[in-house]
Amino acid sequence: MRVNFTVNGRPQEADDVWEGESLLYVLRERMGLPGSKNACEQGECGSCTVRLDGVPVCSCLVAAGQVEGREVVTVEGLAEFAKDRAEHAGCAAGTCGTSLDAAKKWEAKPGQDSQTGEGVELSPIQQAFIDAGAVQCGFCTPGLLVAADEMLERNPSPTDADIREALSGNLCRCTGYEKILDAVRLAAARQERQGEAV
Amino acid sequence: MDFLRPASWEEALAAKAEHPTAVPIAGGTDIMVEINFDHRRPEYLLDLNRIELLREWEVGEENVRLGASVPYTQIMENLRTELPGLALASHTVASPQIRNRGGVGGNLGTASPAGDAHPALLAAGAEVEVESVRGSRFIPIDEFYTGVKRNALQPDELIKTVHIKKADGPQQYSKVGTRNAMVIAVCAFGLALHPETRTVRTGIGSAAPTPIRAKEAEAFLNAALEEGGFWDNGKIITPSVAKQFADLCSAAANPIDDVRGTAKYRRHAVGIMARRQLGWTWEQYRGSGRTLEGAA
Repeated sequence: MRVNFTVNGRPQEADDVWEGESLLYVLRERMGLPGSKNACEQGECGSCTVRLDGVPVCSCLVAAGQVEGREVVTVEGLAEFAKDRAEHAGCAAGTCGTSLDAAKKWEAKPGQDSQTGEGVELSPIQQAFIDAGAVQCGFCTPGLLVAADEMLERNPSPTDADIREALSGNLCRCTGYEKILDAVRLAAARQERQGEAV
Repeated sequence: MDFLRPASWEEALAAKAEHPTAVPIAGGTDIMVEINFDHRRPEYLLDLNRIELLREWEVGEENVRLGASVPYTQIMENLRTELPGLALASHTVASPQIRNRGGVGGNLGTASPAGDAHPALLAAGAEVEVESVRGSRFIPIDEFYTGVKRNALQPDELIKTVHIKKADGPQQYSKVGTRNAMVIAVCAFGLALHPETRTVRTGIGSAAPTPIRAKEAEAFLNAALEEGGFWDNGKIITPSVAKQFADLCSAAANPIDDVRGTAKYRRHAVGIMARRQLGWTWEQYRGSGRTLEGAA
């Protein structure tokens, strides 16, 4: 089976995809995007979280054939995605969130490598995870980044309860949750400050 | 394995008629787990993601017509007033990632006694509209669950819409688990007051081979409320009545011992949830606002 879809702003084609294959497998094994992690394969841990048409989902539970013609953003494309959002649909303008149309228009710029994410500035949530020391073994980090980034897009001033709920589908086996919460609070505070400055 | 991608509902029905063994996949949160773990190798997967009408809902005079694939997130965000019990139940489903994909159609298709939506559907009152190339029919929710992970669907039928009665009174839902997210219910309970018909309906999850109503408990409470004139005088329900109702709910359960909990615990917890929810919903009914929106 052949599947055509957009990954991090670039049209992609996957060939000889097995019909029962998950989106996670296609991303990791066929497209060389190992950022989304394969841990539980049953939607329990959230480490494979990606955005599918803007919505966070467990890519291990999406059949590859279901993404035909759709938009996927993985952790590799998160920095570019966040940058684009800040430039075009910032919350300062009163329009939080990225519309499907806006997401579809987004393309990786020349000279930047959306495969590894190298040469791209980190997104605010990624920087906050580093600054708050929220990364231990790092295995849960990509999923948490995608989930946390989406929450901050939707809800720029989250309460602790909001953060806990938004991240309730992401498990950290190092149990580093306190620092993870710190990181999300930090990113929210920075986002708020930037909003005021604009 | 073959992956069927119908672009319309008619095409999906035709595909299901041609391949009755085809397994429908919408959110994929059940079926993909089974495929990932090699527990299941269906001959055909029937992808329903491209069928728009399954993701639509409509609020009518008496019912909400809920497309089978409307994700739980949408139910939580958009139907809290009309379907407070189901909105609360939706909020207990797994995690945001799962709620963004899964819908009530999947719960019904899998028909696990632990499906989170079932007690809310039973308590609110609902009909499941299923269709095949032969035509469509409405299955009352009470007749839908036929055994452990079995339902009343014929091999060529697909679940199209769930017609759920709009709330005419307060509704509640609770679920027992070890944490607030990512748990399969140890047991669950839903309760709906229907002041228009002066009846109360219940739903019990994970405490019998199928989701069930506690019909004897309902009949007892309906009679007690009528006899005491409670619907009119809005008095606090007599504790002995509440206790008897809870005991009858416990007695309706027919649970098993398993890794998640013992039968004894489940029966006990069902009674506790029944008594508490009766208290919460009745307080809401008595309250001047009489808002229909679910708490929590």
